[in-house]
Amino acid sequence: MAPRAITIAILAMGGEGGGVLADWIVSLAEGSGYCAQTTSVPGVAQRTGSTIYYLELFPEAAVRAAGKEPVLALMPVPGELDIVVASELMEAGRAIQRGLVTPDRTTLIASTHRVYSMTEKTAAGDGRVDSGALLEAGRAAARRFVGCDFDRIAGEEGSVISAALFGALAASEALPFSREQFEQAVRDGGVGVAASLRAFAGGYQAAGSAEETPAAGDAGQAGPLPIGLAARIQRDFPPASHSILLAGIARLADYQDSRYAARYLDRLAAIRDADARYGAGRFPLLGETGRYLALWMSYEDAIRVADLKTRRARFERVRREAGAGPAQVVCIHDFVYPRVGELTDILPAPLGRWLLATRWARRPVEWCTRRGRVLRTTSLSGFLRLYALAGLRRWRRRSLRFQKEDRKIEAWLALVATLAAEDYALAREVAECPRLMKGYGDTHSRGNRDFDALMEALPRLRRLDDAAGRLKQLREAALGDDSGSKLAEALNQVTA
Amino acid sequence: MAERSFKREVEKLRLGEGAVFRGEGILAVTKALLEAGVAYVAGYQGAPISHLMDVLTDANDILQELGVHFEHSASEATAAATLAASVDYPLRGAATFKSTVGTNVASDALANLASGGVTGGALIVVGEDYGEGSSIMQERSHAFAMKSQMWLLDPRPNLPSMVRAVEQGFALSEASNTPVMLELRIRACHVHGRFTARNNVRPRFTLADAREHPVRDASRIVLPPATYLHEREKVEQRWPRAQRFIAERALNEWCAPEAQDFGIILQGGMYNATARSLELLALADAFGNSRVPLYILNVTYPLVDDEIKRFCAGKRAVLLIEEGQPDFIEQNLHAILRKAGLATRVHGKDLLPMAGEYTAAVLIQGILGFVELYAPRLLDRAHLPSVARAPAAKPQAVAAVDAQVHARPPSFCTGCPERPIFTAMKLVERELGPHHVSCDIGCHLFSILPPFNIGATTMGYGLGWAGAAAFHAPAGGKRAIAFMGDGGFWHNGLTSGVGNAVFNRSDSVLVVVDNGYTAATGGQDILSSQNGNPRRTTRLAIADAVRGVGVKWVRTITRTYDVAAMRDALKAALTSPERGPKVIVAESECALNKQRRVEPLERKLRGEGKRVVRQRFGVDADTCTGDHSCIRLSGCPSLTIAPNPDPLRLDPVAAVIDSCIGCGLCGEVAHAAVLCPSFYRADVISNPSAWDRFTSRVANSLIAFLQRRSERPLAEGPAAGHGA
Repeated sequence: MAPRAITIAILAMGGEGGGVLADWIVSLAEGSGYCAQTTSVPGVAQRTGSTIYYLELFPEAAVRAAGKEPVLALMPVPGELDIVVASELMEAGRAIQRGLVTPDRTTLIASTHRVYSMTEKTAAGDGRVDSGALLEAGRAAARRFVGCDFDRIAGEEGSVISAALFGALAASEALPFSREQFEQAVRDGGVGVAASLRAFAGGYQAAGSAEETPAAGDAGQAGPLPIGLAARIQRDFPPASHSILLAGIARLADYQDSRYAARYLDRLAAIRDADARYGAGRFPLLGETGRYLALWMSYEDAIRVADLKTRRARFERVRREAGAGPAQVVCIHDFVYPRVGELTDILPAPLGRWLLATRWARRPVEWCTRRGRVLRTTSLSGFLRLYALAGLRRWRRRSLRFQKEDRKIEAWLALVATLAAEDYALAREVAECPRLMKGYGDTHSRGNRDFDALMEALPRLRRLDDAAGRLKQLREAALGDDSGSKLAEALNQVTA
Repeated sequence: MAERSFKREVEKLRLGEGAVFRGEGILAVTKALLEAGVAYVAGYQGAPISHLMDVLTDANDILQELGVHFEHSASEATAAATLAASVDYPLRGAATFKSTVGTNVASDALANLASGGVTGGALIVVGEDYGEGSSIMQERSHAFAMKSQMWLLDPRPNLPSMVRAVEQGFALSEASNTPVMLELRIRACHVHGRFTARNNVRPRFTLADAREHPVRDASRIVLPPATYLHEREKVEQRWPRAQRFIAERALNEWCAPEAQDFGIILQGGMYNATARSLELLALADAFGNSRVPLYILNVTYPLVDDEIKRFCAGKRAVLLIEEGQPDFIEQNLHAILRKAGLATRVHGKDLLPMAGEYTAAVLIQGILGFVELYAPRLLDRAHLPSVARAPAAKPQAVAAVDAQVHARPPSFCTGCPERPIFTAMKLVERELGPHHVSCDIGCHLFSILPPFNIGATTMGYGLGWAGAAAFHAPAGGKRAIAFMGDGGFWHNGLTSGVGNAVFNRSDSVLVVVDNGYTAATGGQDILSSQNGNPRRTTRLAIADAVRGVGVKWVRTITRTYDVAAMRDALKAALTSPERGPKVIVAESECALNKQRRVEPLERKLRGEGKRVVRQRFGVDADTCTGDHSCIRLSGCPSLTIAPNPDPLRLDPVAAVIDSCIGCGLCGEVAHAAVLCPSFYRADVISNPSAWDRFTSRVANSLIAFLQRRSERPLAEGPAAGHGA
């Protein structure tokens, strides 16, 4: 067969080291009896956009035999790629979308970690794309798919992803060069050689072993389980709901106390019975109500925030995330912005109401809280202030916010239980509506407003068919933007 | 100080006769300039020719040895005007910039230069920013060559051809007394390849010679009646001399001209993609040995009529591969053949698309269509490349990928000081409603993309405030806002924007984004750069310049990360009762450059055992409720999302990843927009002082005691909780 170039495309995001990888491949080829050409289109894409580096390798022996330099292309031709390296999973998807990956010849080496797109990041809820579908596409599109979290591997070795990907490329044996030749190219590069070689080895090994799927976030537990209540769940509640309910009691015992957690189960008894009667046996209504009830009952107030911020586990986590060594001192600064609302939330209900209603008393408080503060939590004064605040937990039940939330929770639970008999699907949707009430300050009031608007629209919805579908639409509209205009529009449409 | 250092590459510029140069295309061109005996180089940075400027900056020693003068011009117009030195003196000079935008700016000087003509070779190296990855409007430099009658070289995109184009370009310029443009496409600029070097040459006639023995020739100056003479000279003398030179030196290339009774005429820059297309159609081998006749135009303007006639004679048809529009060459080709009475059919934009980049995939379709018309027997239909086959139905799993792939437009880098300016704009919008915003060219233009979505138009480099000129009039109500970078400000914005606003009594607001460099082009220094530069004058304040041309209302923000201060300055400018132009200078150093400057320094200090504080932001996942307001006000690559560790919560939490450089914006936004208490800043102190260690030990022991105390009740058992 006539000699032809080996074609390689590298898809990376600007600043990710795609250029370093391309340079290594050039050095590898030139040191191993091949001539190499690489091009890229850096330009503005260098600034975090997607970038393609394109390489062609050609055997020097064939060049000598022909007595003429080969003509190498400067851009990939769909369907004509031997190797595609993607530094991230969505970029692998992009390569597939552009037709660069074909089952007759392409080895696709992709890191399965995700660097989320702006669209995914800015969604108010969960806007992430389906990693599973991207992996499936990789397997279906390529002749050979090598997928691994090379970013993690590189990180563990204190190096960059390009080194791990270079190792995977060596392991894939898609290029006619030995591991020693690959490693020599890294050495010749001369920058951070030791760490690069470790990451190279990590990538090499991972690519050689079975393909791995992206790790899900480790499902942590909010705190230790109150044993007695756990037994009660096992005894009184259907198995399908156990995982959520166990997480719920752990969270609430951690948030307040085990009596509070017991109250959580008391409240769910009615939902359980309704679900047993009107549901299809998988208890989805109980599960979702259990999820949002636990979250709602553990609403975020200043006490909760102070409690979480002062924990030992948190101090350890920050040290870990900051990558601090044992000899280094770590100071944690917290950005807090307590306002009148946050104060009245935790005051005893009558006092809180009085302060909200009394202008002369509110004024000085407002003046004191007119700007955000940076609290040094690792200093004694900072810590003690938060610690004292966290200690107010024992009086939380008397606070204004607690009483407000408690009433609202009761109304919502009663509604879910009633609706279950009448329109089970709608009950399920109502059970999920508390998802709107997130965040703090303005974000939280907006979520509250949206929730109230949905609950207000409910009587009208119930008179229409597919009330559940309509309510779901409304909820999604509310999560769709934070100006509230989408929700207003959807309210008009859905109830028209 | 540019973003990338070329200290290593610079050594390649010293390679002598016979040595093999391996490297980037634009560096090969730089080396070729020195081999051609260039006496001076001027330019304005911009992709894809920034590296030419950067490498010459780092090559100061070599330039001095050779007696070459090199300038970072204030603009492309300055760079082009610098070529005036070649009008009267036998000095070889080169100017370089991004095209077509740079050529637009330079065209006044270029037209004057081309009118009078040159004595010494004048080469204009234009980086043709066209096609994928381009950051500008899609136009052709070809039009500039035609309108001013400068010759246009478009060499094959390999290093030996590009290097030869430089050498022959100077000679052509001298032979025809005409400036010559050398057009290099993006990929050609960045292609890594090799060529055999020759020795560098000191200019025979030097700039000092010219200064000591000045000459003038009024017939070369662009003023009537000389201008009428120039016009005739162009067509009667320079043009034929150029055509003769091109033919004699065989600048255009032929491949198998008699192999078929049809053939392909192509721009040199299209050669590699054309050769690959022919190879994939089994009409050529990997070495460019084609079975289809090729006529390769390494000079695309002017065409050499005799060569065209020779190639087309006896051919039924030719396919012209001419990228971009209008189809200047195709029209020219028709005219030449018609005048010569040749019946050869011309195909071009009928078989190939009128607009858009000619990728190999596009060319394969066009060439296939052409060969099908004239010699279908040459095609092996069973083995067509996949882009030429009917698309097979995609497997479902592959088709499903479309929904999972989002566009990834460029955006502000991690820690970019420009981001907080637009965060502040967002906050101002919430209070005062949206305003008309006129943008400029530079990194700050990323504001038009999510998550900020700010900005209505951009009219060119430095023209941000000029683009808002129609809204200058103080009519009460809302004021217009213009943005301009420090690069654009010094390029022309000081006069076209600020001077213009003062003179016309504007009431609108200008924000000058001053990050200390022309950051978007790779971080080159400018007048207001804050770092010392051994060979350039820097550290001149933009605010002084603005006051100097008569602006009274000037505010300087020295730390843009202070979102509240930025927001308040914007509000003040938009609501101040004071009439007249208002300028906010928002200063903070480009984070990329700062990292490059500071990081090695800190590494060194840490190594020496000195106290170094590294700051990093983080999000407490257990207090984050997954609303992502913080991301919508930032868009920082280091502020992202992560799976929620809480089993009950479904929405991902915000997360700060390791690339965070601790710029502080996250905390400022949390405060200025009253977001949430989840953000923290960790100060990691290396080599802590005795005081650091003492205070932290005292605090830690008491804190640890209290932490254990509050953990105890839960550990003792569920029944013994706190609580009432």
